[in-house]
Amino acid sequence: MSTPSTSLTATIVEPTIFELSSPGRLGVTMPASDVPTVDLPPRDLLRSELPLPELAEVDVVRHYTRLSKFNYSVDDGFYPLGSCTMKYNPKINEDTCRLPGFLYTHPLQPIETVQGNLVLMFELQEWLKEISGFAGVTLQPAAGAHGEFTGVLMMAAYHKSRGDSKRTRMLIPDAAHGTNPASAGMLGMSVVTIPSDERGNVDLKALEAACDDTVVGMMLTNPNTLGMFDEHIEKVVKLVKDCGGLMYGDGANLNALLGIVRPGDLGFDVMHFNLHKTFSVPHGGGGPGSGPVGVSKRLLDFLPSPLVGIVEEADGDMAPLYGFITPEQSIGRMKAFHGHFGGGLVRAYTYIAMHGPDGLKDIAQYAVLNANYLQAKLRGTYTIPYDRICMHEFVAEGQFAGSDVRALDIAKRLMDYKFHPPTNYFPLIVHEALMIEPTETENKDTLDRFADALIKIAEEARTQPELLHTAPHTTPFGRMDEVKAARELVLCCWLPEGYDSEK
Amino acid sequence: MTYIPISPNERDAMLKEVGVKSLDDLFDAVPKKHRFPELDLPRALTEMEAAALLGEMATTNENVHDHLVSFLGAGAYHHYIPSVVDHMLRRGEFYTAYTPYQPEISQGTLQAIFEYQSLMTHLTGMEVSNASHYDGATAAAEAVNLAYAQFRGKRRKIVLSPSLHPQYREVIRTYTQGLDLEKAGDGELADLEAGPEALTSLVDSNTMLVIIQYPDFFGRIYDYTKLIEDAHAKGSLVCIVANPTALVMLKTPAEMGADIVVGEAQPLGIPLWFGGPYLGFFTTKKSYVHKMAGRLIGETVDNRGQRSYVLTLTAREQHIKRERATSNICSNQGLLALASAVYMSTLGKTGLQQVANLCYQKAHYAASELSKIDGFGLCFTDPFFHEFALCCPRPASEVNEYLLEHGILGGYDLGQDYPSLANHLLVAVTEMNSKQEIDTLVEVLKEME
Repeated sequence: MSTPSTSLTATIVEPTIFELSSPGRLGVTMPASDVPTVDLPPRDLLRSELPLPELAEVDVVRHYTRLSKFNYSVDDGFYPLGSCTMKYNPKINEDTCRLPGFLYTHPLQPIETVQGNLVLMFELQEWLKEISGFAGVTLQPAAGAHGEFTGVLMMAAYHKSRGDSKRTRMLIPDAAHGTNPASAGMLGMSVVTIPSDERGNVDLKALEAACDDTVVGMMLTNPNTLGMFDEHIEKVVKLVKDCGGLMYGDGANLNALLGIVRPGDLGFDVMHFNLHKTFSVPHGGGGPGSGPVGVSKRLLDFLPSPLVGIVEEADGDMAPLYGFITPEQSIGRMKAFHGHFGGGLVRAYTYIAMHGPDGLKDIAQYAVLNANYLQAKLRGTYTIPYDRICMHEFVAEGQFAGSDVRALDIAKRLMDYKFHPPTNYFPLIVHEALMIEPTETENKDTLDRFADALIKIAEEARTQPELLHTAPHTTPFGRMDEVKAARELVLCCWLPEGYDSEK
Repeated sequence: MTYIPISPNERDAMLKEVGVKSLDDLFDAVPKKHRFPELDLPRALTEMEAAALLGEMATTNENVHDHLVSFLGAGAYHHYIPSVVDHMLRRGEFYTAYTPYQPEISQGTLQAIFEYQSLMTHLTGMEVSNASHYDGATAAAEAVNLAYAQFRGKRRKIVLSPSLHPQYREVIRTYTQGLDLEKAGDGELADLEAGPEALTSLVDSNTMLVIIQYPDFFGRIYDYTKLIEDAHAKGSLVCIVANPTALVMLKTPAEMGADIVVGEAQPLGIPLWFGGPYLGFFTTKKSYVHKMAGRLIGETVDNRGQRSYVLTLTAREQHIKRERATSNICSNQGLLALASAVYMSTLGKTGLQQVANLCYQKAHYAASELSKIDGFGLCFTDPFFHEFALCCPRPASEVNEYLLEHGILGGYDLGQDYPSLANHLLVAVTEMNSKQEIDTLVEVLKEME
């Protein structure tokens, strides 16, 4: 195998686990076999070599500990990544999800032996229904995008069940997350983009013109990615429903709505929850997430299988027996087994249990307060293209008249001030977008320091633009050559050349 | 106010800065009649109460650590996880970070997942691995999407082995509802004893993908080289769904000529956790990389000349390509990819070989002892790895009920998915099962009436 060219010329800050390997080194040793030895399968069924690393435990611990220090995380500091809801992840969740009773239960155990798990799932279904105003919830989807796909499959199945085969167009606002059109695209639907009006609402005229009997439905994020709650939400829902379409809610921004309004009450038919945003499941450096989906009454029968239900009612002193049930016209199974139980559902359950109705409302209120406070502090220094009371996030323009500093430069410079940058270049409808979502778990001092940093950076953009173009300066790594990565496509590393594992 | 660090005074100062009088005033855009619903939820618990409640729920379960001796596998396996794995996962720098969009401050996640990709590439023998999928079943479904894209929808048939995990076949059917595909191979009349070549006759010029499992759902090991050659001769791609523990010992799918190798990496350091979250792996040939779903991490240099890593080929992805994206995947299983990388690194080549060998040896001891019992026998004669179909004198469901009374999780009741195998248990044995446990299983079954 060839050795990637980069390794020969670049400085290696931390070797790969393969480069750290040394022949004969052992990490954890397994016990000797306690059964009589039998022959291995015939030689032609065996592999000839296994080019994997060999390390001692301490090597592994130091390697991954060093790597961890190259990361910025919520535990390190403020992480105002818009639409990602990077709130603090309570430590108690890390303990509850690792309780042996949860950790060591097999997904195919008889239901009588896992009533604890099933009660937790049943109650979480009920709680999510109550929080969102829906008639049913599936906990199966593995992530938000997976939940979207589940929702779109149900919408298609609903129309199909009515013999309504003309419906092939999905209406999606221009402010939508990229996952929305991608989810519709997975079912071969054509996507109709609906523009936003000057106040950041769905453009009602454009929507009305697009509504006809070929519409599957509309996928709407509300509040949208501009952080705006649609001021005509009831009209939007009515237009879509009047033409026979279904309303999909992208629950990525649900943090703004807990105890404020229930999407089901507004007339939405289906919505995915991001337990890893709203309900404090950690993001894990890119998953695992958890994306339950709630539906209105008319989509109940189409939910994926299985759901958790009561399979034997309570009788006298006997508690009810919880088990799995399959909805009548189910779209089928979205993944193996029952969803992200341990890492997703147990943490979210713990979090909701610790908040109750008032605590959930506090979350939304303070998330919205923090966003508006930051918006107020930055107004005047940064252009806020949709300037009204925002919900949990807002979008500023990362550019200044007469300056060649761009949003990317501002984002990179923020790292020098020890902040994670906001989402940039999204939503696409704002030039040089900086999308800022502080969440409710930040205090006023942090928000003040962040606003000060952004105001200072605006000044630097005028006085020392080069400082921004070349930022970050104080991080362990500088800007990456992304073109090189895509062109050379080195996606794998190897044991060093000449490595002799038999030694 | 559990995790909200804002005092009433600070709140009031902030409201003033915003220019509203109260928190409720921030929500004027919300339709009044639906504003501020009273949620019917239990009152908030303190941390101490929540810990007690969750502890109680967890102890209601009977688990395979404290209560039950388990011979249950069928896609989720009870393996030993070295302590170091969870210690690394519990580092807040890893688990409280987001998807590494800002590479300058995400090199920890990026390098760890690059290493995961490398480990999976070498384990399967393939050329590239992506950064993970939700689980093995969805990874298999994404293989169908890759093949569909590869043939631009001009081939519309997939051949599914009847010995591919039933839930994987279900998920593939769910995923492909919108694609109008012909599916062949796993009908109710499929011959479960016919070797892999039986699928060959189903592969035609309309076939885009053949999906087989290795070892198959019944634990059997086949050399798929011939089937793959024949499928390639018809122009079809072939995907192998593989068990990573078995791959440590067995001929690699790459050596057999597979185009795509996917599977469930839960056996590599991820707890049973009642079915999730797990870790789907996806490996293929470099020529298919642009059609592959999921995140991908590539090596590069930074502007200081340091070797570093970035998310690459992002132009395939939903946030750029929207409805023309290769998939809608956003979050995947980053932290669990890290878990499996730490697991594989800690066990290393030798430890992994020890685990695979222990699984193989113990499963064969169990199979040999169980088949000596009157009325019991092995269903198939083919070589197997750590799982086998056991023919019982009574319906498997009854055998399982009986075993559970003795504190044993017997195995997977194959009659649930294969009516002809109503009397068959799928028994899994790993390094966690001692000889004594196996002997107990045998003794208990001997006494079954």
